[in-house]
Amino acid sequence: MEIVYALAIGVLAGSGVWLLLRPRTFQVLMGIMLLSYATNIFIFGMGRLALHRAPIIEGGKALDPSQYADPVPQALVLTAIVIGFATTALFLVVLLALRGMTGTDHVDGREPDA
Amino acid sequence: MNLALVLLLPMAGSLLAAFLPANARNAAPWLAGAVALACSVLLVGMYPAVADGQVLEVSLPWAPEFGVDLSLRLDGFAWLFAMLISGMGLLVVLYARYYMSAQDPVPRFFSFLLAFMGAMLGVVLSGNLIQLVVFWELTSLTSFMLIAYWYHREDARRGARMALIVTVTGGLCLLLGVLILGWIAGSFDLDTVLAAGDTIRADRWYAPALVLVLLGVFTKSAQFPFHFWLPHAMEAPTPVSAYLHSATMVKAGVFLLARLWPALSGTELWFWLISSAGAATLLVGAFSATFQRDLKGVLAYSTISHLGLITLLLGMNSSMALVAAVFHMLNHATFKASLFMAAGIVDHETGTRDIGRLGGLWGSMPITALVATVAAGAMAGVPLLNGFLSKEMFFAASLQAEEASRLWITLPAVATLAGAFSVAYSLRFIHQVFLGRPAADLPRKPHEPTRGMILPSAVLVVACLLVGILPGYTVGPLLASAARSLLGANVPEYTLAVWHGLSAPLLMSLVALSGGVALYVFLLRTGRAMMRTPLLSRINAARIFDVLSVGAIRGAGKLTRVWFSWRLQPQLLLITCTVLIAATLPLAITGWTRGTAAPTPLDPLFLLLWIGGGACALGAALQAKFHRLAALILVGGVGLVTCLTFAWFSAPDVALTQIAVEVVTLVLVLLGLRWLPRRVEFIDARRETPLAKLRRGRDALVAVAVGVGFAALAYAVLTRPANADLAPFFIRNALEVAEGRNVVNVILVDFRGFDTLGEITVVAIVAMIVYALLRRFRPAPESIEVPRAQRRDGEDEILPSHPGDLLPRGELRIPAVLARLLLPMAGLVSLYFLLRGHNAPGGGFVGGLVMATAVIVQYMTGGTIWVEARLRVHPLEWMGFGLLSAAGAGLVAWFWQYPFLTARSLHLHLPLLGDLHLSTVLLFDLGVYMLVVGATMLILVALAHQSLRSPRKSVTPLNPDQELEATSIVPGLGG
Repeated sequence: MEIVYALAIGVLAGSGVWLLLRPRTFQVLMGIMLLSYATNIFIFGMGRLALHRAPIIEGGKALDPSQYADPVPQALVLTAIVIGFATTALFLVVLLALRGMTGTDHVDGREPDA
Repeated sequence: MNLALVLLLPMAGSLLAAFLPANARNAAPWLAGAVALACSVLLVGMYPAVADGQVLEVSLPWAPEFGVDLSLRLDGFAWLFAMLISGMGLLVVLYARYYMSAQDPVPRFFSFLLAFMGAMLGVVLSGNLIQLVVFWELTSLTSFMLIAYWYHREDARRGARMALIVTVTGGLCLLLGVLILGWIAGSFDLDTVLAAGDTIRADRWYAPALVLVLLGVFTKSAQFPFHFWLPHAMEAPTPVSAYLHSATMVKAGVFLLARLWPALSGTELWFWLISSAGAATLLVGAFSATFQRDLKGVLAYSTISHLGLITLLLGMNSSMALVAAVFHMLNHATFKASLFMAAGIVDHETGTRDIGRLGGLWGSMPITALVATVAAGAMAGVPLLNGFLSKEMFFAASLQAEEASRLWITLPAVATLAGAFSVAYSLRFIHQVFLGRPAADLPRKPHEPTRGMILPSAVLVVACLLVGILPGYTVGPLLASAARSLLGANVPEYTLAVWHGLSAPLLMSLVALSGGVALYVFLLRTGRAMMRTPLLSRINAARIFDVLSVGAIRGAGKLTRVWFSWRLQPQLLLITCTVLIAATLPLAITGWTRGTAAPTPLDPLFLLLWIGGGACALGAALQAKFHRLAALILVGGVGLVTCLTFAWFSAPDVALTQIAVEVVTLVLVLLGLRWLPRRVEFIDARRETPLAKLRRGRDALVAVAVGVGFAALAYAVLTRPANADLAPFFIRNALEVAEGRNVVNVILVDFRGFDTLGEITVVAIVAMIVYALLRRFRPAPESIEVPRAQRRDGEDEILPSHPGDLLPRGELRIPAVLARLLLPMAGLVSLYFLLRGHNAPGGGFVGGLVMATAVIVQYMTGGTIWVEARLRVHPLEWMGFGLLSAAGAGLVAWFWQYPFLTARSLHLHLPLLGDLHLSTVLLFDLGVYMLVVGATMLILVALAHQSLRSPRKSVTPLNPDQELEATSIVPGLGG
């Protein structure tokens, strides 16, 4: 499981970085989204891969923490997802504004000379 | 407490004045005058205690860990200056009321003036060196704003910039010097530093500290060679010149020298540095003043010269000279402010300040002429006026200075020569302007000004006379208390009297007087009274300054061009590579090892899932340029797989949030797709050049390296046992302390509620930025027309739905019916998620996103116009109330005297409903919910509204003059 999980992160991060270095704004947007998936899964993985552990506390007060999934990375990732959405929205609108003002969707605001 | 009030009143007054309407010609001066008067009265009330030798102190902790407190300290010397600042402030306000024209926005002027007054009072009242520097820089800033008050004038802007750069640079040096002093003395407290004089002088860091402090002092007090900014600062309105640039701010430098006298003075270095700068300034200033054509120019250079005189006195290392310096600071402020006001009157009533054009004004404005003449007499050092007394003391001190004995007669000679020049320029000022033949070609017909304008000047002249004739009864006690607070028990014997008998200083005075008269007569007879300054006019310090600053700007531009790329791709490449190297370095040192934890058994389904996910990611990477929609769908696929992964590994909350965000993001990007240019063709000659191939190869290499690194890092962590410190704490306390079963939600809204509050604030800010950016959005011309997908075959354009239609037009009528049915149910589900969030998967984030999705589905199926005729959403209100609710939930804890965001709960037993559990946590989560709904709606609806722009609203690129307003039906999204 771990190896698949790690490779998945690697593939997402690699694709994300590739797109990040591309010249068109839409590519960069997609790159940011892929990279944030990779990062979120990575942070989530810091709690280790917990199969069949209860995320919600059941029963009375006497409980064994090792029976539960680690809530800390989950909480971190949850906020990261929402902030990631805000970033995506902001980038998208900046992208549109840039496009409207410069007439091109190149990240530098003008077509390359060559 | 009163002491704090003296400082707070001008600051508060400044804020208040800033909010007055621009035409408040009377309200603003009344306010400023009342503040200045109140400060003066408060200070007068404190005089008995100060004269008694007490030091009044107020102290508030500011940054105690650095030994910095906000402390105010009033002793005799500080009192003298504070009184000067507030009293002079009162007169200047009165003068400015009549000086400023009806067209000037005076509230701005008085607001800055009061801010300056507060800052300057802060400088003199500071009991702490760091605080003093802060106020010092504040005076520079307010001075900048005041010089540039008429900012439509190029000269005013230039003068303001020059003054700011010179004085602020000096202020930074001063900060460094003060830091060294505090470090030597062990505290920044003024009393401690002053008491540590011997330690400081013996320290090997004494010389650097002194030089740095002096750089601050010399720039502020316009000492040679930093004097050039002061004449350019005369572009300010004349009340500002009278107040800041002669009476108070430029005195801050010499004030500080006197203040730090016990800590720094008494060394050879002190003498040489300060007295040489002072002597040079004295001579250069006096010499240049004699040849200025501009009335204010004469006064500016004369101010420089007098500041040099004070500096020279302070540099003499004699307590006698210190007393003389303090005395002259006062006297100079009095007569020079009066002269500036007179110059302003002349300018105001005749329309020119050119000495060459003016003449014979005595006939038309006799009172002004009389006032100016007396003040000029004081400036020249004529007996029975205050300037004479301090000049005598200066001459006496120049004869007695210890180190000066080695210089033989240099100091007395310099003093007498400068005295002669000051007589000459004073005489020239009066003779050229008020005597002689009346000038015929003045822009305005001269006449006496209104009483309010001449009154402040006259008051000051009366003060000159009183001090000059009866020094012992007027200024004597004040000076004594100031000297005592500076020198303690070492106050020298001095007598303030007009007649000291026949003595060497008197002889020097006579020589200076007669020499000055002779010099002026000589200049007049030989026709040189109007010539340019000999020698010195060739050296234009201001020009050197300009050349240096332009050079600095050009140099910075060159450096930027060489070391920085404005292109995004190299920047991103650099960042990525830096991160890659930074992450690899530790691994290169310790090596990479697999962990020891037992691996989780592989589930083939999970492998399959990620084969699909990886393929989607790679496909998106390849297609993002050529087929955006396909790339977006593929990225959505990756998001789906990510979401399943969260669910797989026991994280239902995260999975729920991910799926909701996924939907919203997809809609968002879909809305944006329309405004992007047509797709790029796959076959493009530019892609085939060797350079492009090389670039792609390099990027691929970096991408693969990052991917491999990320995977290796993740694998190394995942195969190591978890470090179980945090998780047990939260799991144990979630139920017992926070009374919630969903630990993730409890962390978000309770344990780390403050983080969440910050986060939702960020989301709100982003939503508003998006909204603001879209308001000014200009679509590219070719994306204006209705896209192909929205047109039917054979039709050019389909009409948008009419608000009155029963169903929206177009192909989506059946979905629209279903979506309307969906809305209440989705609302119910979202509330359900919100309410159960504390004990089961859900919460404000998910609930809010579900609600927003339901609303946006209405938009997608019905079209903007049709939906908004039926459904009114007010995103800004949702966001505002959401933030209020979340912050309010935090504030509630204060009623029980608990820290911010402490959760409070209430158990009620209601007759019909049964047990009811109310908690501030729920209120907080409700805030999160409302904010997420509002922010998401604001972003999506603002983007959706772009389609309503009619084609004629497209504009050519980069033309910001044309205003674009989205036609908006949604109130609160008002276009």
